Amino acid sequence: MESWRLNKKLFASVAALPISWLLFFFIVPLGIVWLYSFGRNAGLTEVEFSGTFANYLRAVEPLYLEIFGKSVVVAALTTVLCLVIGFPVALAIVFAPEKWRPYLLLLVMLPFWTNLLIRTYALIAVLRTEGYANTVMSWGWAGASGLKTLVGLEPLPAWEPLELLYNNFAVVVGLVYVHLPFMVLPLYAALDKMDKSLIEASLDLGASHWRTINRVVVPLASAGIWSGIVITFIPALGAYLTPDLLGGTDSQMIANVIERQFKRANDWPFGAALSFILMYATFILVAIQSMRSKEGSAR
Amino acid sequence: MNQPERQPIIQIQNVTKRFGPLTAVDKVSLDILSGEFFVLLGPSGCGKTTLLRMLAGFELPDEGRILIDGVDMAKVPPNKRPVNMVFQSYAIFPHMTVADNVAYGLTLQKVNKGEIADRVNEALNLVSLGGLDGRMPDQLSGGQRQRVALARSLVMRPKVLLLDEPLSALDAKLRLQMQMELSDLQDEVGITFVTVTHDQDEALSMACRIGVMNKGEVAQLATPSDLYEFPASRFVADFIGTVNLFEGQLIVDEPDRAVANCPELGRIYINHGVTGPHDALIWVAIRPEKVGMAKPGTYRGRPDVPEGHNISEGRIKSMSYLGDITLYAVILDNGRMMHVSRPNISRTDQEDFTWDDRVTLHWHGSSPVVLLA
Repeated sequence: MESWRLNKKLFASVAALPISWLLFFFIVPLGIVWLYSFGRNAGLTEVEFSGTFANYLRAVEPLYLEIFGKSVVVAALTTVLCLVIGFPVALAIVFAPEKWRPYLLLLVMLPFWTNLLIRTYALIAVLRTEGYANTVMSWGWAGASGLKTLVGLEPLPAWEPLELLYNNFAVVVGLVYVHLPFMVLPLYAALDKMDKSLIEASLDLGASHWRTINRVVVPLASAGIWSGIVITFIPALGAYLTPDLLGGTDSQMIANVIERQFKRANDWPFGAALSFILMYATFILVAIQSMRSKEGSAR
Repeated sequence: MNQPERQPIIQIQNVTKRFGPLTAVDKVSLDILSGEFFVLLGPSGCGKTTLLRMLAGFELPDEGRILIDGVDMAKVPPNKRPVNMVFQSYAIFPHMTVADNVAYGLTLQKVNKGEIADRVNEALNLVSLGGLDGRMPDQLSGGQRQRVALARSLVMRPKVLLLDEPLSALDAKLRLQMQMELSDLQDEVGITFVTVTHDQDEALSMACRIGVMNKGEVAQLATPSDLYEFPASRFVADFIGTVNLFEGQLIVDEPDRAVANCPELGRIYINHGVTGPHDALIWVAIRPEKVGMAKPGTYRGRPDVPEGHNISEGRIKSMSYLGDITLYAVILDNGRMMHVSRPNISRTDQEDFTWDDRVTLHWHGSSPVVLLA
């Protein structure tokens, strides 16, 4: 078969549209922002391209490094929780009866198709002081208190609603909720591809279920686990809406700082520098991941 | 009987397994004897693999019970059963070396490192894979992977080794070689082997005994030669090898001889009694290699066969030369087809039969088998 790449005209006609789209709406704006990051504010709307590194130097000041560090910690915690929750979910879907599987996958995908803003406000309704979570817990508390008086003990003190919203806890809960599908889907793909008789072989050789997961399932799903980690961590690191709506004053992440530079602070060059530092970090992660997977396939 | 190898190691008692509306295994009872090479043979979907998976513990019977070495397996999970399985896909762990694969089961037991190494080496040598212990599975050929799977199971010293279609993924020549090696290996280690296959040649060449399965039931349980020469039903006769089947009725049935009348084949003389029903429908089965072929007018009859019996005329419709034998399809004068095979004993002096030749077919009184079902 003739390689379609050899037909230059055809290749050009097929590739022209996507390439020009990427060029004008991605590469060029990104290039402008990159140039901004080496610029200096001159007046309210003017940016002077002075080739300065001042923005980058400011970005590595302790104040911003701390927010970067915190964003990494929150994103990492989110990723770990997604993995811990997502792995059993993916495993359960893979081993569910075949006719149920599309519906279970749909359940994972469904929140994904709902507007992020609506989902986040729904979470607020669950987590706020008079929210569903506190209501359900207060019922439990009242029930326990009633049981205690029933057997003649002192009732419990009055229920104090937990502060679940506007703090780091709420941000992590929100991020885990939003990013769980990113973790479940690559894990599902990896586990589904695996030859199920490998699991049976492990059991047959005397391994327990737990041991089989540790020594056979997890190592064989490692490619899926790594891509799940990367594609969960990257958007979580750049999360903006969730910390903005669910977080308190001390739970802003790097994306919130960037937003402030472009809007309220009106310091586009500094915002651009922060954006690019975030992007470089992402590039490095993706590079590590692709080197890992290349190594895996070369073996 | 005092011989230890006559003890049943596996007792399958009235086992039934259903998948929804489908009954995969239907009230099967059979004993597998200690030290034998037992083969479950049948077409796909006959329930043989389900039965094997029930022995391994991956499926549980809906009814009946399975005893291994006298112990009821109903509550014993796969990882506690004294059996090991060689999977159809081999199921070699792709992220472990050959040695780690073979050692996998032993590392889970309280076996010390030195003994593990010794036993892994011993197992690899047993399947002639010595020296490949450091290889990764994707550096092995199909045949070598299968040997790893064998070694990985044998190193556990199971009471029974279960093999699911062990040779189906190998090419024809390797399959023949592995058939012999598996038989030798079974002799050497003395472990009971239970193999599932749909390949009759494989079953005949390896098995001590064969259980032929059809539609979830055991159609016949016999040694390979009994299965071939004394099939119990049309299904078995037809499934094992090639057979010519003709409908008929018994008109003589005495202790030392029987005669069947087959409308499409004439009078069939059988040199032993068959104790069949007198006027019910029966079938006469004749294997292709038990039919003689002669040029018209040259056949002078056989001393043990009454005149006019066991003879038919036809025309060669097609022939296929297979090297060791030649297969002929002969159209009888009434339009029925008869398969005949002849060994090519001599390189040059073959009696020449070719397309469209008229031939006389004839056979011994011991050749036909009367089937009642």
